[in-house]
Amino acid sequence: MQKKGRNRYKIDVRSDVKEHAWWWVVNKGITPLFLLISVFALFVRVAVSLHPYSGANTPPKFGDYEAQRHWMEITLNLPAKDWYRNSSANDLSYWGLDYPPLTAYQSYIHGLFLKAFDPESVSLFTSRGYESYLGKLLMRWTVLSSDILIFFPAVLYFVFVYHGRGSSMRTKSELAWHMAIILLSPCLILIDHGHFQYNCISLGLTIAAVAATISQNELMACVLFSLALNHKQMSAYFAPAFFSHLLGKCLRRKNPPLEVLKLGFLVIGTFSIIWAPYIHSRDSALQVLSRLAPFERGIYEDYVANFWCTSSVVIKWKRLFTTKVLKLLSFAATVLACLPSMIQQVLDPSSKGFLYALLNSSFSFYLFSFQVHEKSILLPLLPLSLLALEESRPLMWLTHYAMFSMFPLLRRDKLVLAYMALYALFTLIYFAPGVRCSGKTTHQTQKAEKGRKTPSLATLLKIAMAFLYLCSLILHVIYLTMHPPQKYPFLFEALIMLLCFSHFLLFTFYFNYKQCMLSKFLTSKDKEKKNI
Amino acid sequence: MLGESSLPQLLWWFAVAATVKLLLIPSYHSTDFEVHRHWLALTHSLPLSSWYFDETSEWTLDYPPLFANFERFLSIFANLVDPQIVHLHNGLNYKGSSVIYFQRITVILSDLLLLYGVYRLSKNLDSLKRNLIWVLVIWSPGLLIVDHVHFQYNGFLLGWLLLSISFLVEGRDLMGGFLFAVLLCFKHLFAVAAPVYFIYLLRHYCRGGFVWGFGRLSVMGAMVVAVFAAAYGPFLYHGQIQQVIRRMFPFGRGLCHAYWAPNFWVFYIILDKGLAFLLRKLGFHIEAPTASFTGGLVGDSSPFAILPQITPLTTFITVLLGLFPCLVQAWRDPQPRLIARWIAYAYTCGFIFGWHVHEKASLHFVIPLAIVAVESLEDAKHYFLLSIVSCYSLFPLLYETQEYPIKVLLLLLHSILMWFGFSAQFTTDEASEKDEQITNKESAGLGKRSTTGGKEGFGIGWIGKSYLFGLLVVELWGQILHHYLLGDRFPFIPLMLISIYCALGITYSWIWQLKRILKLS
Repeated sequence: MQKKGRNRYKIDVRSDVKEHAWWWVVNKGITPLFLLISVFALFVRVAVSLHPYSGANTPPKFGDYEAQRHWMEITLNLPAKDWYRNSSANDLSYWGLDYPPLTAYQSYIHGLFLKAFDPESVSLFTSRGYESYLGKLLMRWTVLSSDILIFFPAVLYFVFVYHGRGSSMRTKSELAWHMAIILLSPCLILIDHGHFQYNCISLGLTIAAVAATISQNELMACVLFSLALNHKQMSAYFAPAFFSHLLGKCLRRKNPPLEVLKLGFLVIGTFSIIWAPYIHSRDSALQVLSRLAPFERGIYEDYVANFWCTSSVVIKWKRLFTTKVLKLLSFAATVLACLPSMIQQVLDPSSKGFLYALLNSSFSFYLFSFQVHEKSILLPLLPLSLLALEESRPLMWLTHYAMFSMFPLLRRDKLVLAYMALYALFTLIYFAPGVRCSGKTTHQTQKAEKGRKTPSLATLLKIAMAFLYLCSLILHVIYLTMHPPQKYPFLFEALIMLLCFSHFLLFTFYFNYKQCMLSKFLTSKDKEKKNI
Repeated sequence: MLGESSLPQLLWWFAVAATVKLLLIPSYHSTDFEVHRHWLALTHSLPLSSWYFDETSEWTLDYPPLFANFERFLSIFANLVDPQIVHLHNGLNYKGSSVIYFQRITVILSDLLLLYGVYRLSKNLDSLKRNLIWVLVIWSPGLLIVDHVHFQYNGFLLGWLLLSISFLVEGRDLMGGFLFAVLLCFKHLFAVAAPVYFIYLLRHYCRGGFVWGFGRLSVMGAMVVAVFAAAYGPFLYHGQIQQVIRRMFPFGRGLCHAYWAPNFWVFYIILDKGLAFLLRKLGFHIEAPTASFTGGLVGDSSPFAILPQITPLTTFITVLLGLFPCLVQAWRDPQPRLIARWIAYAYTCGFIFGWHVHEKASLHFVIPLAIVAVESLEDAKHYFLLSIVSCYSLFPLLYETQEYPIKVLLLLLHSILMWFGFSAQFTTDEASEKDEQITNKESAGLGKRSTTGGKEGFGIGWIGKSYLFGLLVVELWGQILHHYLLGDRFPFIPLMLISIYCALGITYSWIWQLKRILKLS
């Protein structure tokens, strides 16, 4: 099989010479190619970072930028044990630290950097709401450097691992396309370098963990994913997938309990190192934990396109149930939603299935869990971008709706220009001429044959989706130019939410279906592939 | 067949560049932004007869009439977008987002002419060369820096130039000449290539016997006169031609710009300073020059202590002298395939020896040379160095910290693309067997770089490499070391170093081009 793959590869390169305009870009091999794409991706990030950040010039609370800067101020000036505790020096009601300790450490390191060049920007008390030309630049550069140091290498690692073994059916231009799609995901760039956050760190660690898992390096995967979890608790969206996939793999080994124990020890070990300042007493650990799970903020905030918020148009959850009941409800719904994909992975762990499981579990969390933010859509988008070559069409749709679901937020941040430019850039890269013509048609026809049972339904769905796509484009314009009617001040937001939610839900069903089909497909047809 | 299938690719490159340009809208812009805004206001609010007399702002109109008319055209839309943009007094130093978006977007749209020019020039080449040229021109870091950050309309003007060259290359001389005449009425700085155009058209277009040739000469002459009449006629009618000329050629500005463009005069100044210093040490009494270059002040006074003064006439004669060998070649054997090279050489001469040259002018020859660069390995090697040096010499334009990563990444991106492109271009001709080996090796160990077959492959040699390394050292000195070693003393040294070091590279490029031109005919 290996040999066959190589032959095809050669043929593909040949055809590149004749027809493809990309040959000269890709002929150097993967690493130089990655260098080129990452320099471009970095350039785009720098360009986006010229734009405003969230809460610029809006006292008294400002926005996420101020939150991150405040955390640097706190971590730099207070001892670690006081970071999560309300005190005279640390007013938790003003952007109190509510991310796990790794974020705090990262803030500390970045705080040192800021202090070296602009000490005023991180001085205790006096720096609240500090905004300056240099301060903005330094803050922006901390995100850029995190991206370079964590996200980019992780993507390279993933591409090597995922495309390096056996699946050399892909042409190099397809690999280049895949890298560009992951690195130039408009949502991630807008949130990190426009709005201002450090998602690149936790997502980068997750990608690295995924790559480690695929390359059979489970121990490293556990450490990396624990790090991701400790940077942002939101990474737990992926936990069911990691758990079930690794469990499924361990069960297939000689000595399952030992394997599971090994992984468990590594996770606990990593956690205890990171939580070292807080685990000396029960109280302080609980104090941190309570900061990480802010249940008092309610089941949803603003207008997020998940189940609770959307259905609240009809059912007033917040009025009908207490927070405690809602917690249970949302927990049950989330578990139920990700259960099928978990079972599939335990029974039949495979690399591709794992990626689908990541997608499904993160979607189920986004749709059903407690306290979801618009920005959390980044999490389902990540595994989807890893699956870009298999699920290219859904990737485009979902990127569109993910962007759209964050549009009100980004508009508040005055990032409409960056939004449009990045969306255009993504579309251009998606449709890059001559990249994926050959590979996709066969794939597509296969799919078409399979779905031929109900052709009328499929076409109907397509028409409906195209129509809704058009609606969303029009809604963009309306949202920018018109005022909502006095009676319903949040009419447009609600419409956006409804539109996005319906698509997210639809695709969740679809991906679950795909993952289940994968299992059947594997057992019947691709036995040899599993042996790898 | 080739042309048809390639257009989407070109449009794709252009569109990707356009999204990046959109992202760059909030970046720093120089005073040129206000200059052009004021010209919008001026041409919109005043009658044509007062355009060249207006002194509402210090940024008086100093471009030729067609450019003024271009601004007049844009001002129609500016007025629709936000009337304050075109208000002569209220609009002064207007910084609203409407004006920033409007002006930036006009630059992005006017680049469409560059797109057309480069498309026309490259449509008959093979796919690889075509792609390379597009990337070199459309993604030129210099153009992005000067037009879309610093703010100017060079892409649009260079589009005219490329369009004109494309007609000349096809042998359609009349059209080429016409477009060049139009270009001159947009920006007179392009006139440096006029002697080349003149000789070439005289010998290439007006050949075939005395009568026939004379007939063609009169056609061409009439056409040029018509273009200039259309542009300057209204001002001639108002009797303002002298005022227009005075505005267009402000010779009072001095030999060098505040930041010295990396050209020959840099060496001249340094030699003068060095001699003065030496003679003073030896006990001679040397009067300090009245105006100092390093102070950034440049007037029409004499800045040289020892060496003879340089007047506009001197620079004019040196430029012509530099051009002379090229003109001789054009006279002896006017070949369409060499015209792009000659025109680029003319602009190089203008840059090296010209009066009050601005560093931005290096674009005038770097962009046309991109077309030449794909022709042979030597040209590619030369272009690789030249375009990096010329882009680097533009760095001081963006002096704010915020844009620092932008210029560095642009240069890096450009260098990588050139490296990819040129090595692909100049290794494809090798034996297919070798090709196979490489692909095999690469598919076995992903990412293992293939050694590009020794003697034939693209590389810049150790001299080129050490020169580029020196560039890095100069940059490091300016950014970090100078501050640590010398503190606030001699603040002019980093800029001076960049000037001198880039001048070395550009002078080398000038000599290389000259040698190449003499060799090729």
